[in-house]
Amino acid sequence: MKKAEHLELYRQMVVIRRLEESAAHLYQEGKIGGFLHLYIGQEAVSTGLISMRQPQDRVITAYRDHGVAINCGISANAVMAELLGKETGTSKGRGGSMHMADTEKNFWGGHAIVGAHLPIAAGLALGDQYEENDAVTICMFGDGATNIGFFHEALNLSAVWDLPVLWVCENNQYGMGTEIKRASAVEEMRQKAEGYGMPNLRTEGGMDIMQVREAAGDAIEHIRSGKGPFFLEIVTYRFVGHSMGDPERYREKEEVTKWREDDPIGIYNKYLVDEKVAKAADLDKVEAEAEAEVEAAVKFAEESPEPALDTLFDHVYVEEN
Amino acid sequence: MREITYLEAIREAMTQEMERDESVFLIGEDIGTYGGAFQVTHGMYEQFGPERILDTPITELGLTGAATGAALIGMRPIAEIMFMDFTTLASEQLVNQAAKLRFMFGGKASVPMVLRTPAGSGTGAAEHHSQSLENWFVHVPGLKVVMPTTPYDAKGLLLASIRDNNPVVFVEHKLLYKTKGEVPEEDYTIPLGQADVKRSGTDLTIVATSIMVSRSLEAAEELAKEGINVEVVDPRSLRPLDTGTIVESVKKTGKVLIVHEAVKTGGFGGELAGVIAESEAFGYLEAPIVRLAGREIPIPYNRTLEQNAVPQVANIVEKARDIVQLKV
Ligand SMILES: Cc1ncc(C[n+]2csc(CCOP(=O)(O)OP(=O)(O)O)c2C)c(N)n1
Ligand SMILES: [Mg+2]
Repeated sequence: MKKAEHLELYRQMVVIRRLEESAAHLYQEGKIGGFLHLYIGQEAVSTGLISMRQPQDRVITAYRDHGVAINCGISANAVMAELLGKETGTSKGRGGSMHMADTEKNFWGGHAIVGAHLPIAAGLALGDQYEENDAVTICMFGDGATNIGFFHEALNLSAVWDLPVLWVCENNQYGMGTEIKRASAVEEMRQKAEGYGMPNLRTEGGMDIMQVREAAGDAIEHIRSGKGPFFLEIVTYRFVGHSMGDPERYREKEEVTKWREDDPIGIYNKYLVDEKVAKAADLDKVEAEAEAEVEAAVKFAEESPEPALDTLFDHVYVEEN
Repeated sequence: MREITYLEAIREAMTQEMERDESVFLIGEDIGTYGGAFQVTHGMYEQFGPERILDTPITELGLTGAATGAALIGMRPIAEIMFMDFTTLASEQLVNQAAKLRFMFGGKASVPMVLRTPAGSGTGAAEHHSQSLENWFVHVPGLKVVMPTTPYDAKGLLLASIRDNNPVVFVEHKLLYKTKGEVPEEDYTIPLGQADVKRSGTDLTIVATSIMVSRSLEAAEELAKEGINVEVVDPRSLRPLDTGTIVESVKKTGKVLIVHEAVKTGGFGGELAGVIAESEAFGYLEAPIVRLAGREIPIPYNRTLEQNAVPQVANIVEKARDIVQLKV
């Protein structure tokens, strides 16, 4: 991979981090409402994963979606504007934090019912198979989502029909306040794919973008060559609460501190310097640019118009037939 | 009398009943150490332990079915569904099973369970966390549907719901959780199917549910300043429905406004309007029966759009005034 590509991925990770830090402040100021689930700590997963897709490959995820949106090429402006409920947001202020989407970027959302987007992902892949498109659907979800019926029905469908879908379980070890061993009958989420005879891989390297890229590249290659679905489990960790306001009574501070030592941005930074891909000064510059980008996005979002009241009934139905 | 919040009243009802009756237990997602998404069960895990505060995986259908099965053999489970939107997932076990097993078995079994869930918009939680779907369940014979508005009603109705031998859907409202009111410390029940006249008046009857009762009471205050004297009736339970109290009120005032948060089309207001139109109150009507309810859209994220998606105090005032002045 060329230096410029590395710097671009590094930029994405830093933009996500800074954007979410700003979002947390804006939430505390009451400018963002509802639920805000931060991706802080998990940035290497979607950044690495989505960097391996072709433009025709589709991405769909759950509510922890700001990072995924950035990785899919949505501007920080549009993400921030959506967080502030503005007309210039990805979903025109209708969806908010949990429902970022841009179908032109092949990003099919931001879904807030746990597991509900998995059958939809199977449907996207079914459509592509039907049309003989050379596209892979990348469907991301959490460890907690593997316990709900949607997951099992969708995995089975994809296996029975050899659908071109990559199931990516971001195993951050908790579903809200519930640790895996209290919620899942098996320790590794990939074991559930075994039940459907689906090829699978678990990587512990979720804090390291290079390991994520390698695993994702192989998995997508497998699917693109027509061998049907693949299940990838990526072990990671969220550094902050489940959503804003989570008192985190369910985990020890020491555990969080320990994981924070493996900061995905720090790991990537060190890799780029150690491998002499980039100099520290290059990375500092990227960081400064990312920070400026996010600051500009906040300004853009704050200055953007609210949706007009006479658009209240828009977008419920397709009006033209 | 001491004042506590609606949320505390719900917690107190569950706690007291669990202390009184060993067969009562809670089942739901992150209701243990986490205390539930709204902290309704906060502290109960510490008091009752994991045997009686059952934290489940993310499995609405599974936990509702498990509650149904346990109820069939004599337990009295209280299931928590974190948001009413997720009752769509629980609905197979609730609608096809819990509601019908007794009937299907010729009366040989019963399902004494409660399914608690918070409905409603107003928190910016958007399309998937803001719906009011009570009427989906009102439509199902075999289920009871309760919607408390005040802390006092919440405690008394929840105790009655837990002791009821039928499956009860107990619909809470997120925006009411922090509201305060007088609640007796001792245990008491409010029978399901008993409406409450929250304010008496002579010019217009407002029949409202859940948070719309509070908004209607606020509206009534405004209208009183204009000399319009509004009666506010809270059915409290939608099934069974206390038609008598509603009919009597409409006979007295001759005018009726129905207010609820759920979308108007197919909402409970249609049922109320039907009940009134079919009753002897019909002959007393001096104006058309009017419904004010949620707009025909999903709940949007943007704050202004969200507020405009459901009735607010000002909308109620305006509609009420129109009816009284016969401008409808
Ligand atoms: C059907 C459903 N049940 C419950 C919830 C509430 N909820 C939101 S996120 C979450 C935990 C999900 O955990 P996981 O799948 O591991 O994803 P993570 O949040 O860790 O990214 C829960 C229980 C929901 N949104 N949808
Ligand atoms: Mg998780």
